[in-house]
This record gives sequence, C-alpha cells and structure tokens, in this order.
Amino acid sequence: MTTTVTTAQADGHATADPHALAAAFDAAVADEVRIEPRDWMPDAYRDTLVRQMAQHAHSEIIGMQPEANWITRAPSLRRKAILMAKVQDEAGHGLYLYSATETLGVSRDDLLDKLHAGRQRYSSIFNYPTLTWADVGAIGWLVDGAAITNQVPLCRCSYGPYARAMVRICKEESFHQRQGYELLLALSRGTPEQHAMAQDAVNRWWWPSLMMFGPPDDESAHSAQSMAWRIKRHSNDELRRRFVDICVPQAEILGLTLPDPDLRWNEERGGYDHGPIDWAEFREVLRGNGPCNRERLERRRAAHESGAWVRQAAVAYAAKQREAGRAAGHGADQEAGA
Amino acid sequence: MNAALALGDDALVLAQRLGEWAGNAPVLEEDVALTNIALDLLGQARTLLSLTGDEDELAFRREAHEFRNVQLVEQPNGDFADTIARQLYFSVYQELLYGALAEGGSELAPLAGKAVKEVAYHRDHAEQWTLRLGDGTEESHRRMQRALGTLWRFTGELFEPLEGLAVELPALHAPWRERIAGVLGRATLEIPEGADRTAWSAGAGRQGVHTEPFGRMLAEMQYLHRAHPGASW
Ligand SMILES: [Fe+2]
Ligand SMILES: [Fe+2]
Repeated sequence: MTTTVTTAQADGHATADPHALAAAFDAAVADEVRIEPRDWMPDAYRDTLVRQMAQHAHSEIIGMQPEANWITRAPSLRRKAILMAKVQDEAGHGLYLYSATETLGVSRDDLLDKLHAGRQRYSSIFNYPTLTWADVGAIGWLVDGAAITNQVPLCRCSYGPYARAMVRICKEESFHQRQGYELLLALSRGTPEQHAMAQDAVNRWWWPSLMMFGPPDDESAHSAQSMAWRIKRHSNDELRRRFVDICVPQAEILGLTLPDPDLRWNEERGGYDHGPIDWAEFREVLRGNGPCNRERLERRRAAHESGAWVRQAAVAYAAKQREAGRAAGHGADQEAGA
Repeated sequence: MNAALALGDDALVLAQRLGEWAGNAPVLEEDVALTNIALDLLGQARTLLSLTGDEDELAFRREAHEFRNVQLVEQPNGDFADTIARQLYFSVYQELLYGALAEGGSELAPLAGKAVKEVAYHRDHAEQWTLRLGDGTEESHRRMQRALGTLWRFTGELFEPLEGLAVELPALHAPWRERIAGVLGRATLEIPEGADRTAWSAGAGRQGVHTEPFGRMLAEMQYLHRAHPGASW
C-alpha cells in the first residue's frame, strides 16, 4: 500500500484524521493492496501480526529440537545430510520470520525473552516426542504437510513482509514434506520392523497434525477479524479438510493406515470426513501439559543462557571495532581538514 | 594406509560432532552456520569414503579402532570456545592440506579443489569467532585461551606423514603454526605452550587409537543402522 496513506504521512497529515486513515487502511486491505512497514495500520492489526508472526518464528526454532534429536543417529549418511539440511532450513525460517516481525517495531531479543518466559506460544505440535527414526518421516510428511496447507494462503497475506517471507518458506517446506514422505515410503517398503516403525509413527502423529489447524470454526477466537484483515483466508476447518483430502490417497500409496476408523469418503461434499478430534488433549497440551512442553522450553532457555557469554563477547568486540574505526576515521578527517 | 579413508574419517567425525550443536547454538545465525559447516564436511566425507567402498558400510559398520581420523576432530564439543578452537585448528589445517592437494595431480585433486572453497569459509568463520571471543569480554577471552590450551595436545598428530597422500604433511606444520599465531595475535590470545601430542607410544587416531569419548560418539551414530542389518533406509 503506497498510494493513499503513505502520501498522507509524507504530507504530514498522518495525525490529522484517524478516521480517514482507518478508512484508507480498510479500503486498501479490501482491494488486496499490500500493507508495508511504513504504512499506517491499526494497533490491533499490528498486535495480531506480532502475535502470529512471533508464534510462527518460535515454532520454527522450537521445531528444530524434535528433529535434531535424530541427526546424530540417522541410519545412513544420505539421510543424515537431508535431515541436517532440513534442520538448517528451519533455523533459516526462524531468521526470516524474526526479521519480518522486527519490521513491526519489536526486536528479536524481546521476542525470545517472551518465548522463554512462556508469554508467547509456539506450535503445540512440537510438544510431542520423536521416539523413533520414523518420526522424522512422519514430521516431514504430516507436520510440514499441515504447515504448508496453513501457510500457502499466507503467501497472499495483507502484510507484505510476512507474505514475502512465506513465499520463500513454503518452497522449502514442500521439499521437507516430500523428503518425509519418501523416508516413510522407504520404511514402509522395507523390512517388517521398518514398516511397523513407520505405522507406529503415523499412528502417533496423525491426530496432533489435524490439531495444527486450530480449534473448530465455531470456537476459534481470532478467526473472523483475521479474515477481514486478509491475514487469514480460509477457516480452520476448511484447511483441515483440505489437508485430510491430500493425505488419504498419499497414505494409500505409502501402504500405511491412518488411525481413524471413521475416515470415509463423503460423496455429497466430494471430500473425506474424519472422526472426532480429541480437543481435550489439544487444550491440555496448549496449557502446558503435553509430553514435552517442559523439555522444549527448558532446552531453549538452556541454549540461550549458556550462549549469553558468547553474545556478550560479540557485542563487546563489535563495540571495540567501532571505537577503533571511529578513532581512525577522526584521524583521517583531521588530515583531510588540514 | 588409505589416505582418502583417513581424510574422509576426519570430515565424517567432525560433521557428526558439529551436528550435535543443531538447536543449541548461542545465536540462531550460528545454528545455521555450524550446521552448514557440518553439511559441507559430511559431503566431503561421503565423496572420500566412496573412493574406498560403500559409504554406509564404512561409516556404520566399522569398529572404533578401524577409524583413521585424527583425535582432534573426535573431541567433544565442550562450550562454544572449545568448538571454535577445534574449528580453528582443524580448518586452517584442512585449508592448507586441500590447497596443496588441489595443486597436485593425485586422484584427490578434483575433490580438494572443490572442498578448498568450502574450507576457506570454515576457516574464516573460525577466525572471526576467535577474534570476537579473544578480544570480546574478559570471560570470553579466558574461555577461549583455555580451550586453545586444552586442544593443543591434539594438534601435533595433524602433521604426521600420511602414507599414500600426495602431500608432505610435516611440511605444512610451520605454515599452520604461523597462521594460527597470526590469528591468535590479532585476537589478543597466546599460542599455547607445552606438548602438542600425548606421550602414548601406541600412537593416535591415524593408527586407530582413539580417545574415550569417541566410543560413545560411535555408539550413538551407529546403533540404528546396526540394529537393522541389511535394511535400506
Ligand atoms: Fe520451517
Ligand atoms: Fe519444515
């Protein structure tokens, strides 16, 4: 959005008429014009974005833990390389998303402090453990798969920096999804023990993956406003159904069973119906009572705290370099002046 | 001894160690950088091991005494200073070694020519952090100086002659020492004094003699592959 509101700001009318600003903002959003960091935006819009983008960034970095858990034990060098590259991508996603969030006037340090203090969330899915090697495949196939279904519409999000970050991230997530699928396929077609390992992983990850789309539409707290702001474009249930429709035929090719006896084709709707989701478990995990909530946060805090002296050293060194540069610069100025 | 195997083992073991950092680095940028370095090394290892045999057979089915890596690379990560000291010592060595190999006409020349560019980045990364830690705070200076001292006793082994290698490793010792001294000088750190090898006559990593942490590292790395003999992944 560069025309109306930015011009108003440049002309110094920015404070003149809040109603006009709000109206221009609403009109721009309705016209699918991208909002950029320097544009005027309602505080509630900014707050919603900060909350959502920070949660997304935190999910990328907490999400490194369950997968990094298997880097040292990957059963072939090729798989080790793929997994390392994936975990590295997730760190990269964290970086883009923190930078994108910083365009809203918050700092990464501040966001990390809030994560460590438990005041900002990350995706609940990462509170489940990776117990076997097959979990790495199940995460790629189902968790990255669900993330893509959620995130592809975000590439058209009304906030420019978020939308652009998502374009880049979605490309990499789709690699992760295919690699996870391919890992599971190798297991499923491998020895009976490998097949059992793959089935067990899918049994444990299927339902939590469906929960990644959030509560059912009639209970979703933030949905309506986010839709109006073009941050969100589809309802939770809509995206969840889309995901199920993608997974069912893939599971068939994999030769693995999705652990839902009620899963069946709905002729009328042209999609699959799934059985009831255990929302009590979802709420409990959200509340901190998942299998790994405590470990994930503790691990994150420990990494941050034990790295404090390193960050301090980098800051102190940079300050000394600046000081030295300034001293040298002064000398040069004086010479030039003389 | 098979030189490609020895160099491949160096790269594999260091990649495995660096892989332990993923998700635990002091800043997110370092999660990216350390994993990146690990990936480069893993790529080098796969190429080098494949010159000798099946990469997975070699990585997952050999016993500790069959590994020919130098003891330096198997040392545990310790704190960030220990990791950076290990990186500095090793990447300066690898850059000199691959640089020399790339200029020669041996079968390792093409690989070395490609790897030397990666290794130059690893060396730069280690150098930048050595400067920051050495000339950062009192605490970082102290930790870095201690780490350099702790790992010093594993540096002599790097320059023992390696049979079948087209490069005279002992000849790289002086340039290595000179470069290390240069970086440490700029970082306000001292080059460690004392022995650069242990007094054990059994030998060291190149002879298949390793340190205690190596067995545990291998147990973790190999267990899944070994638990499913004949399976493919
Ligand atoms: Fe990601
Ligand atoms: Fe991903």
